[in-house]
Amino acid sequence: MSAVRETRSVPGRRVLRAGPVAWTFRPRTVLVPAVGAVLLLLVAAVNIGQGSSHIEVLDVLRTLFGGGDRRENGIIFDLRLPRTLAGVLVGAAFGLAGAVFQTIARNPLASPDILGVTWGAGVGAVGMIVLGGTRGQVSGAVAEFGIPLAALGCGVLAGLLLYALSWRSGIDGYRMVLVGIGLSAIGYNVVYWLLTVGDVDDATRATTWLVGNLADVGWESVTPVAIALAVLVPATLIYAHTLGGLQFGDDTARGLGIRVDAARGGLLLLAAALAAVATAAAGPITFVALATPQIALRLARTPQPPLAGSLVLGALLTVSADLAVRLAAPNLPVGVLTAILGAPYLIYLFVRSRQRTRA
Amino acid sequence: MAGSLTARTDTARDRAGARSRRRRLLVLAALGAALLVMAALSIAYGAHPVPLGSVWRALTQPTGSEDDIIVRSLRGPRTLIGVLAGIALGVGGALMQGHTRNPIADPGLLGVNQGAAFAIVVGVVVFEVTGLHGFIWFGFAGALVAAVVVFLLGAVGGRGSTPVTLALAGAAVSALLYGLISAVVLADRQGMEAYRFWHVGSIAGRDFTVAGQIAPFVVVGLLLALANTPGLNTLALGDDMATALGRDVRRTRVLGVLAITLLVGAAVSACGPIAFVGLIVPHVARALAGPDYRWLVPFAGLIGAVLVLAADVLGRLVSGDRLEVGIMLAVVGAPVFIHLVRRKGLARI
Repeated sequence: MSAVRETRSVPGRRVLRAGPVAWTFRPRTVLVPAVGAVLLLLVAAVNIGQGSSHIEVLDVLRTLFGGGDRRENGIIFDLRLPRTLAGVLVGAAFGLAGAVFQTIARNPLASPDILGVTWGAGVGAVGMIVLGGTRGQVSGAVAEFGIPLAALGCGVLAGLLLYALSWRSGIDGYRMVLVGIGLSAIGYNVVYWLLTVGDVDDATRATTWLVGNLADVGWESVTPVAIALAVLVPATLIYAHTLGGLQFGDDTARGLGIRVDAARGGLLLLAAALAAVATAAAGPITFVALATPQIALRLARTPQPPLAGSLVLGALLTVSADLAVRLAAPNLPVGVLTAILGAPYLIYLFVRSRQRTRA
Repeated sequence: MAGSLTARTDTARDRAGARSRRRRLLVLAALGAALLVMAALSIAYGAHPVPLGSVWRALTQPTGSEDDIIVRSLRGPRTLIGVLAGIALGVGGALMQGHTRNPIADPGLLGVNQGAAFAIVVGVVVFEVTGLHGFIWFGFAGALVAAVVVFLLGAVGGRGSTPVTLALAGAAVSALLYGLISAVVLADRQGMEAYRFWHVGSIAGRDFTVAGQIAPFVVVGLLLALANTPGLNTLALGDDMATALGRDVRRTRVLGVLAITLLVGAAVSACGPIAFVGLIVPHVARALAGPDYRWLVPFAGLIGAVLVLAADVLGRLVSGDRLEVGIMLAVVGAPVFIHLVRRKGLARI
């Protein structure tokens, strides 16, 4: 080993500086999202190619980058892209929200569904399905806009409630998680009570929504999600520089000059908004938010869930699950397959890992 | 430090210890009394109130009157199952949070709930099982298998099961089973019908046979749990420290997992997943009893039983028995829990 030069403040790691900010360069934190993004593009292209008229992967890629003929453009951009794009956006949002939640709660089990946000959204959507009409009469405009709107409203409300109830001269991670448990227990039980109130057809539709479904997504629901995420994702990524300090605990973080309450409160609201928007679009694909940060952490070998990795892997897992739905089980919602694909991989990763992991 | 000073602080500590022991015994006795009162209320109250005198007569010398039938075949078993399930879930939750050192670990985290649900759904769809008596053994078998799988997955690789691998293995296996359950019930209407009512969790409509089926498992699980408490106290310092103190971490964890599986498996297969009890009860118990698991576990059992009975009675009073105990618990219990959590000086794991 050569002697470590003075410019390297972390032994063995190169430091990148740009004005007031500095990073340590860890190859795997770049490699994991890069490889993930390439895989994501491929899987998305294969997914877009599926349908009544099959399109080859290369043709899909050519069309996506602007080289398609009229027929290909029509099929891909008007009909097929919304579903895949929704998978990418929703998966990315869940992955990012999960990584932020797990880091600020310093708990590998903390995901938006444990903190009440997705169950809050579930109350809105299932309430709309079950109470909005008799015997599965929710359709047309109510189904198209009513369900996502109700889900978004209730999800955001749950996030705000979580913030307000956890606030007690500051946001404390431990208290926040416990308040979240309380909120999500209320939401969860209201949802399942609603399921027993309605008839079995409504219950089946509600269960489909609750597991997460991409099959019926069109441009009208992708566009709002895309706009919301275009604001929320950069905001989260910029705000997230405080996460590195927060993981050491409040006192150390304060010592490092982080305004702990503002940082944690802001990130909590951002992540809750991400989860609520994603849930409103495709239902609570809960497993993505729980698993991808842990998968990304193990692949990138970082001490806490890497944000970019979680974002890309969340999208990859969701789109892969959607592809599996189309190829193997056309009647199942995508949420079923995210768990069936993602859980064994997560189990494999920590069975294989030789190191002990903490958060 | 001077000897006299040490001696003085020692006696001061002894006195404080005795005082806190007395206080905790008092609270424990109060909880026991509360359980008796709740049990009496649970037997006496409902659509047809039975006077307490008649309850006693019905239990000791039945004559076959209407009151006797209500007490002996409806409310008696319901109360007994509520007590068993409450104790099992409270204690199971305390052990689960202790072993994973995670405040959001619920007793179903070992995969027990989803394992039981999966086995029952398979039983309904494939073997056409109907009725609770059939469900119980399927549920129990599923809970056992899932718990063993989760524990083994958490234990392979690295240096045995750590709190994090145990929690994550449980979460991953639960999610996998949940996915499989959803896949089955979405395709099968009959499975959906059975699943959605079983899933809410209820202690109503079970007879003494069901109570008799789960009671032995709860008793054995409880004994194992009590035997596990000194070990949990050392594990609370971290696995490495516990090993250094001479504790066999692996044996302690196996014992704990066995106790959790028996307790929660019994409760889940008899009542369905009554969410939330096992999650909040340990926090309430920790606030009352402090971090010592030898105290915390009995506290958690009693609080669990009181809470389940109280939620059940309240559900009967306000809604004429249309709200299952799990729903009542969450809707009434969660705000109280949130209030408790917001107190200053919250007891932590």
